[in-house]
Amino acid sequence: MEMPAPDMAVMARRSEIIAALRAIIPGEGVISDPASLRPWESDGLTAYAQVPLVVALPENTAQVAAVLRWCNANGVKVVPRGSGTSLSGGALPLADGVLLGLSRLNQVLDIDYADRVAVVQPGVTNLAITQAVEERGFYYAPDPSSQIACSIGGNVAENSGGVHCLKYGLTTNNVLGVELVLIDGEIVRLGGRQLDPQGLDLLGIVIGSEGLLGVVTEVTVRILPRPETARAVLLGFPSVESAGQCVAEVIGAGIIPAGMEMMDRPAIHAAEAFVNVGYPLDVEALLIVELDGPSAECDYLIDEVAKIAAANGAVTSRVSTNEAERLSFWAGRKAAFPAVGRISPDYFCMDGTIPRRRLPDVLQRMEQLSLAYGLKVANVFHAGDGNLHPLILYDANKPGELAQAEAFGADILRLCVEVGGVLTGEHGVGVEKRDLMPAMFSETDLAHQERVKSAFDPGLLLNPGKVFPLLHRCAEMGRVHVHHGKLPFPELPRF
Amino acid sequence: MLRPSSISELAEAIGTARASGQRLELRGGGSKAGIGQQRETTILSMQGFAGVIDYDPPELVLTAGAATPLAEIEALLAAQGQMLAFDPYDHGRLFGSAEAATLGGVIAAGVSGSRRLSAGAVRDHFLGFRAVSGRGEAFIGGAKVVKNVTGYDLPKLMANSWGRLAALTEVTLKVLPRPRASATIVLPGLSDEAAILAMAQAMGSQAEVAAAAHVPAALCNPALTALRLEGFAPSVQARTQMLLALFKPQGPDVLLEADSAALWDGIRHAAPLAGEGTLWRINVPPTAGAQVTQPLAAMGAYWLYDWAGGLIWLQLPPGADGLAVRAAASAAGGHAVLVRGDGGGLPILHPESPGVAALSARVKAAFDPDGILDPHRFG
Repeated sequence: MEMPAPDMAVMARRSEIIAALRAIIPGEGVISDPASLRPWESDGLTAYAQVPLVVALPENTAQVAAVLRWCNANGVKVVPRGSGTSLSGGALPLADGVLLGLSRLNQVLDIDYADRVAVVQPGVTNLAITQAVEERGFYYAPDPSSQIACSIGGNVAENSGGVHCLKYGLTTNNVLGVELVLIDGEIVRLGGRQLDPQGLDLLGIVIGSEGLLGVVTEVTVRILPRPETARAVLLGFPSVESAGQCVAEVIGAGIIPAGMEMMDRPAIHAAEAFVNVGYPLDVEALLIVELDGPSAECDYLIDEVAKIAAANGAVTSRVSTNEAERLSFWAGRKAAFPAVGRISPDYFCMDGTIPRRRLPDVLQRMEQLSLAYGLKVANVFHAGDGNLHPLILYDANKPGELAQAEAFGADILRLCVEVGGVLTGEHGVGVEKRDLMPAMFSETDLAHQERVKSAFDPGLLLNPGKVFPLLHRCAEMGRVHVHHGKLPFPELPRF
Repeated sequence: MLRPSSISELAEAIGTARASGQRLELRGGGSKAGIGQQRETTILSMQGFAGVIDYDPPELVLTAGAATPLAEIEALLAAQGQMLAFDPYDHGRLFGSAEAATLGGVIAAGVSGSRRLSAGAVRDHFLGFRAVSGRGEAFIGGAKVVKNVTGYDLPKLMANSWGRLAALTEVTLKVLPRPRASATIVLPGLSDEAAILAMAQAMGSQAEVAAAAHVPAALCNPALTALRLEGFAPSVQARTQMLLALFKPQGPDVLLEADSAALWDGIRHAAPLAGEGTLWRINVPPTAGAQVTQPLAAMGAYWLYDWAGGLIWLQLPPGADGLAVRAAASAAGGHAVLVRGDGGGLPILHPESPGVAALSARVKAAFDPDGILDPHRFG
């Protein structure tokens, strides 16, 4: 993975840039000394690191607008950052760019229970929204695993999901409006507290745009009444095929569970060794199915799911009888990533989505790739929506193993696309999957997306080096033209 | 009328129009032809792009040609116990015409019915597409799986764009199980304010209300507030009891299922507002509903509320000033679309703030630099 070569002329102006930012943000909001910059070098994708030119931490929308206006006028790149939990390198800094942290915009501005909305600043964490409204029995539905730390601004940038998104949707289905600062400092409001967009759905294109279109300074989210109850059932299967068939039949029976997660044998063993919650160790696949709603509904659906599971050969079937037991079922799944972290010095978490019917086939081919690369893989999936999270185990201290893991991951994602799926279901493209975009999109497809970028940010100063392949630039935009993925000088290094 | 039957013919038709500066009006079934200002344009028929391409019920995904009739899709899904959860409706009914809506038209016009309140809009179920942009180039957006964040979410931009960016040829939608049971609880005789309060209370309860509408006494005496519950039978029964207990002071009743289907069909198509004059679709924060309608009553307006008050279908008598509707919607933080009738030259879409309008124009130009797909319809 390469980032664009830093602009030496910009780096040479570092002290001038710092002074300009200090004039906009008083107090401690500009970080420039090397030791203090170091903690900002990575986001959640720690395989990649780059110390930023400078970190700016504005306190309000006016300061955000002033910073962007100054950077735009002076040709300085800007990387927006929420809590820095991106798993795709979406907030990876640039050596010649300002890292714009939104963590100090952390206020809940308004809660309206009658209209069922909360208006919050982007630095408020995902979980804090729920905490702000739970005393009245409400919650904010999308729940990424990092919800204790990740910010709603970052969720908007990445269109974050979570284990409950099959039933409750991703961020984009739960946000009604944003205040957005464009790169030229203009402040616009997209959406509001009403349901439908007024004209073109610009809010819809901003959500999931990975910080490339503007900087969000306020978010209006929908809040929902917390369901009366939630119960989970833990199901063990002798094969991944039978577990997959069970998932298809649950949905075929008209049931959309609140969550439906699958783990394969290596993931089950790693999780159980870590948290000891009583997962069966003699099965090939484990399903956790959660139902929520009125207790009459949960009781009825738990029975239905258990019947379907039994008909598909489930060898373990445990229904949670209380809240502690339900949470224990989830504890292993939610600890799957750190659990794998215990058994391997490093791991890469992939994030492709496939049509569910292709799951057995994809797992088999993944196993062949695992043998070919000599790297182990553990799998957790959001089974309901076909979103795979293969965890590739590697050791960064062994020469060449990071590159091998990257190549293995790329092969898995190409496989996802080949069977009719996509490169990323919820983690975003970032820097990680940037160069794989041509596997899914033609040059013309990408050009249509990049023109949207130019409509928002004509100078391409916001979060450059993310989402789009570095050398992919259509000819009319005056940059390198790549024909069918063939570079003019393939032997030259990519910058 | 141009009738391309392949993507290359469509690309050529748009390319030719672009070269000659000719504007095109995209048309699926023609059910929405009555929307917008009087115009002289060349019709580009999308009828050549019809038919179901892929439908695998357990995957919850359906792919079809954009001109596939909505009714055909709904029948196909119903046979498998599934549905388009955003509850689309047919503008042919609103205009009393024989033309029937297509899937692509429903997407392009962002047509969502009563269940939009709980299940989301077209935009929330529109996963991917093939299209030819105003540049005359074929391209794709989104994908054919239910969970995807790869690249920009172009389907969101196409939904509700009224065909001003690109001609959709193939669309992929998320489908959901059809509820196995349903019930409608009605509260009689409430004022607008009391009804909106009751609907907010219901939406804030654990009854998981699927749809909430209010028809005022001027259209239906006594006034009717309707709360729809959907799901599996034991759940619907439990939640019905929950609502009956919650609204005991208002004298609630449970509607017979046959009456319930007719009621919701009428609300979705604004059937009680079938008279002369102009018909408006107003989108506001739910509790602002009554504040929007109140100043318009003196002008002879009639209205009903859907989406717990957040959607107002409002009819003004012939000749009444539509700017008052726009002003009331703006004051409540919302917007108003002119759906039917002569607005005296008012644009059908609510004008945006200057900053958003400029940004929208740049985005539109990114897909349609010469304005080929803007047939002077939207003002």
